Formats: sequence, C-alpha cells, structure tokens
Amino acid sequence: MSEQLAPESQPTHPRGHVVSWKVYLAVFLALCALTVITVQVAGHDFGPFNLVVALGVAITKATLVVLYFMHARYSERLTHLVIASSLAFFVILVFLLLADYLSRPWPLVAAG
Amino acid sequence: MSELAAHGGAEHHPALQHHFTSLEQQRAASSLGMWVFIAQEVLFFGGLFATYTVYRTQYPDAFSAGSHHLSWKIGFFNTLVLIGSSLTMAMGVYSAATGKKNRVVGFILATILLGSVFLGVKYFEYGDKIRPCFGDGSHAGCLVPGERFDASALHLAGPAAGHAQIFFSLYFGMTGLHALHMIIGIPILLLIAYWSWRGRYSPEYHTPVELVGLYWHFVDIVWIFLFPLLYLIGSH
Repeated sequence: MSEQLAPESQPTHPRGHVVSWKVYLAVFLALCALTVITVQVAGHDFGPFNLVVALGVAITKATLVVLYFMHARYSERLTHLVIASSLAFFVILVFLLLADYLSRPWPLVAAG
Repeated sequence: MSELAAHGGAEHHPALQHHFTSLEQQRAASSLGMWVFIAQEVLFFGGLFATYTVYRTQYPDAFSAGSHHLSWKIGFFNTLVLIGSSLTMAMGVYSAATGKKNRVVGFILATILLGSVFLGVKYFEYGDKIRPCFGDGSHAGCLVPGERFDASALHLAGPAAGHAQIFFSLYFGMTGLHALHMIIGIPILLLIAYWSWRGRYSPEYHTPVELVGLYWHFVDIVWIFLFPLLYLIGSH
C-alpha cells in the first residue's frame, strides 16, 4: 500500500545551511589576526583595562567561532536560547561570586 | 496515510529513527541535545574561570609573575594550531554537507593531527614544570603546587610565593581539563573518520560529523580564553 504513495512530500531541502568554504577561510584568517592582536595588546599597559582589552579580543574570537564555525548564525531559535541561557548563568555565577568576595575582608580566615 | 509512509514506509532514509518524522527533525533534536551539553560544559569550565577571577583579583602580582614565567610563544603557537584544527574541522563538516566523502576523512585526519601537535607541545610544556619536582636535588624550577614548589624563578618571596601556587594550580587544572577534552575528542574524531570512510554519511545525513564539530569548536573556544588569561597577564 505504501508503495503507491508518493515519496515524502517534504522536499529534501539541503539540510541546515551550507556556508561557503571561503567564509571559513575568512574566519580562520580573522582568528589568526586577532591572536596576533591579543599578543600585541598584552605588551601595552592599559592600567585597569588590561583585562577588559584581553577579554574583549577573546570574546570577539569566541563569537566568530560560535556564529560561523558552529553555525549558530544559521541555527534554530531554540539553539540561540540555549546559548544565551548558558552565558546568562555563567554571568550570574561570576557576578554573584565577585559581589560576595569583593565585599568581604580578605583573607577570609583570620591568621593564627 | 502519508504519516504512515513517513514513519514506516520503504522510502524512508536508513538513518531515520522511527520516533522522528523527518531527517530534519532528527537533526534538529540531535543538534539541540549537543548544544545543551555544551551549555553544561560552559558552566563546568565556568566554575574554574570563576575561581580564577576571584584569586586573580586578590593576588594580581602573583598571577602576573606566574604568567610571566609561562612561554607566551608556546601558547601563541598552540593557539594557531588549535584555530587551524577548527578550520579543518569546519571544512570536514562542509565536505560532509556537500557529499565529498574522501575530503571529510582527510579533513578529520588533519584535525586529529593538529590536535595531536597541540597535545605534544603541551606534553613538553608540562614536562619542564614537572620534571624538576622529582629526585633528591634542589627541585629548582619545580612548578607543581606542593611542598617542592620553587618560586625562586618567579622572583617572589614571602606569601606571594604561596599565592603563585594558586596560579599554577589553576594553570594545571584549567589546561589539564582542556587537554582532557581533546584527549576524549580525538578517539571520537577517529571513529567519525572511520564511519565516514565506510560511507555512512551523506549530504542528507551527517549529523555525527556536525556534532563532533560543535564539540571540537567548543574546546577551541575554551583555549581562546585560556591563552590570554594564563599566558598574557602583564606586559612582555
């Protein structure tokens, strides 16, 4: 019976999104350039902003990897939700931890 | 009736499991599962990054001295190697999506090779810090936290020398956990390369290639943060 039915009406459309290899190459070159930049900026003293600059470059690199190598740019909204929630919980973890530690005398255990 | 065909008809793709209506739905479900796993991994590593943040804010000088002692050139080299392995991995997934079987195998093997180069470099990097800790000598240069830890090369004295041990605990802990992820990833890549060579994947179905790719890229991202946080504190 089933032989008489037409093959799945759903067109087998190219699953996901196939990104040109040129995009991957461009992302790779950008990541290499940003790696050189991160070493370069580490040689300069931005005072309290040293960490901010280093993390800024790292976050830029990570974003490129997530968006293009991991195809997040072309993935379902549910995937975006998972990514966003993992980042949100990480921020909560660090923020509350620092709010606690930085508002207490250090070291926590009195000497002797 | 078409429902029946989709579920049990002779037309369906051999890789399609009976509880999914279509390959696309199956792929979306697998991909979501992998992303949830990665979200868990973010928080798994997140605990270490949070610990790092707390101690670095308390002992900036010890962290700076410890970081200074690491070779940024080695870290830089390994960063490029790992980014390169992410490129070959992405190309492997691309080749699977476009049905180039031999290229999939080639790109995955290249990814494994670059991953192994990374781990090989790490082996020597660890060795330099661990080797002096053995034997009866002075243990000069021993950078494994513990009784034999030697802070003289870090030019630190007093409590700061002890604080440097915290830096090296985090160095070994974070890079070690990262390396463990690669050690787990390489056999999985080998398996996927083997299955790919056996012709299991096609442009319609190559979800395992995609998922191992997601894992590998995630491991790359962890290193992208570890490199500046461990190797590049303070100026050079």
